[in-house]
Amino acid sequence: MITAEHISKSFRVARRNAGMKEAVRALWKRKYETIRAVKDISFTIQDGEMVGYIGPNGAGKSSTIKILSGILTPDSGNCTINGLCPWKDRARHVQHIGVVFGQRSQLWWDVPVIDSFALLRDIYKVEESEYRRNLDELVELLNLSKIIQTPTRQLSLGQRMRCEIAASLLHSPELLFLDEPTIGLDAVSKLAVRSFIRELNSRRGTTVILTTHDMQDVEALASRIMLIGKGQILQDSSLEHFKKQFAGGKQLRIEYHGNAPELPAGLCWKEQEEGHGLLELDPDVLPVSEAIACLSKRTELLDVSVQDPPIEEVIARLYREYRI
Amino acid sequence: MFKKYTALFRMRFVNGLQYRLAALAGISTQFFWGFMEILLYRAFYQANAEAFPMEFPALVSYIWLQQAFLTLYMSWFFEGEIFDAIISGNVAYELCRPLNLYAFWFVRSVATRVAKAALRCFPVLIVAFLLPEPFRMRLPVSLPVFLLFLATMVGALLLTVSMTMVIYGLTFFTMTPAGLRMIFLSVADFCAGSLVPLPFLPDRIKAILELLPFASVQNLPFRIYSGDIAGMGILRGVLLQIFWIVAMVMAGVLIFRAAMRRVCVQGG
Repeated sequence: MITAEHISKSFRVARRNAGMKEAVRALWKRKYETIRAVKDISFTIQDGEMVGYIGPNGAGKSSTIKILSGILTPDSGNCTINGLCPWKDRARHVQHIGVVFGQRSQLWWDVPVIDSFALLRDIYKVEESEYRRNLDELVELLNLSKIIQTPTRQLSLGQRMRCEIAASLLHSPELLFLDEPTIGLDAVSKLAVRSFIRELNSRRGTTVILTTHDMQDVEALASRIMLIGKGQILQDSSLEHFKKQFAGGKQLRIEYHGNAPELPAGLCWKEQEEGHGLLELDPDVLPVSEAIACLSKRTELLDVSVQDPPIEEVIARLYREYRI
Repeated sequence: MFKKYTALFRMRFVNGLQYRLAALAGISTQFFWGFMEILLYRAFYQANAEAFPMEFPALVSYIWLQQAFLTLYMSWFFEGEIFDAIISGNVAYELCRPLNLYAFWFVRSVATRVAKAALRCFPVLIVAFLLPEPFRMRLPVSLPVFLLFLATMVGALLLTVSMTMVIYGLTFFTMTPAGLRMIFLSVADFCAGSLVPLPFLPDRIKAILELLPFASVQNLPFRIYSGDIAGMGILRGVLLQIFWIVAMVMAGVLIFRAAMRRVCVQGG
């Protein structure tokens, strides 16, 4: 279980305007600005939960992950993860966690992947039998058998990312931090990574904390969403609740023959083109069945599909609403 | 407890062995360099043997040892990956391992140097023993001296690495290694006696340099080997070397500890 209470962290950043004059001035007089990356954050996460931690760039996501994984020491606040404080009991704490930083690599560049794995086994003091079992399972689930003997430098990004994830799980961590694990991956690799993480969570009960900008990741993986902006947690609720509260309405994609229909109250065009378009529907004003009935009376409908707005739009609306 | 560090050592060592071509190129350079140096000093020696501060055979041994173990004590060599890890923020991964970062990087640096030297030293040494006079390298003066030579070799390696660790630690604060590296390598190479053996320097400069940590690196074992440092001189040298190792490791550990407290992992 993770409990974080009133965690704050700020950084000092040197600032200057562009240009030669300013650069020279900055030689002796430097302006610093304090950036409060994380402001008084509190939350609790139960064992076995899969939490999507989302927010725009620079919101404080990575800082929170780094604090929880013991890399950064916060300025104030408390945190206990399975009874340990990440930054005070760093060495013992990290033995039980796995971390994947999507933009960095933990594999040794010029040796075969399997050698990096063996070194991690020794670093985490994993029993040989446990290592074998984990390795076999990871190789099978992430489809690594062909690439594990290749040096890291010769792997594609998708292959490397699968190896990175495997590397973080060799010591059977109870808690897994994924910091943008699908960044830069193609569709097939993304799907493979997502299904693996789901599998891991259900098989081993691993707690997963995921930060990402890919909302499909969130939709596929997280059952709970925490939204952070300007260093503060703005929303913390289940994915369902989140969608219901912020989705706002349904979308109707229609195809028709002839003239565009006159729209009743509660419907409006989102995209309109010759013969087809996308409509936005407010279900409080006009139920879906009535909307379709009304449309079919006013034009010759060829096709209708009803859908939820994509999660990207929900999130974008949310960011606007919170002005983050 | 130490298994993780020995595993790391093994991995870096094996990894270092794969660069055969680089080793071959290095060996040929070192032969050439060694010959040129010996020829140069021979000219001085023939001009005035009285003014020569070392026995000529001792100097020849010094030069060959220097060439054979160049990669062990090169003060200008830093691990690019360590600088990269600090500057790009990749150190985040190292920090979420159950490891001591200082010990981890120390072992890694030692392993890289030993691997490089293991590939290069034997060809140079074997040929140096077979060469005709005046180029031939002598056997050590006696067995105890040889053992002391080996012990101070190990000490010199630990000292070199502990000095580079200080530079790595300071990079956490300066955020670019360029300046520190420049200063360090121009000072260290000269003060360690890798450009000119320290006995050839003017007395007053020499007296100061011999107290500095740099003089406890190659200067000490190489001169013990050929008997140029003997008797009480060895004892003084060994104590000074131990002092500097302890001081440098302590400085490094403190700098790392301070860096960890205010570490700011770069790049998001």
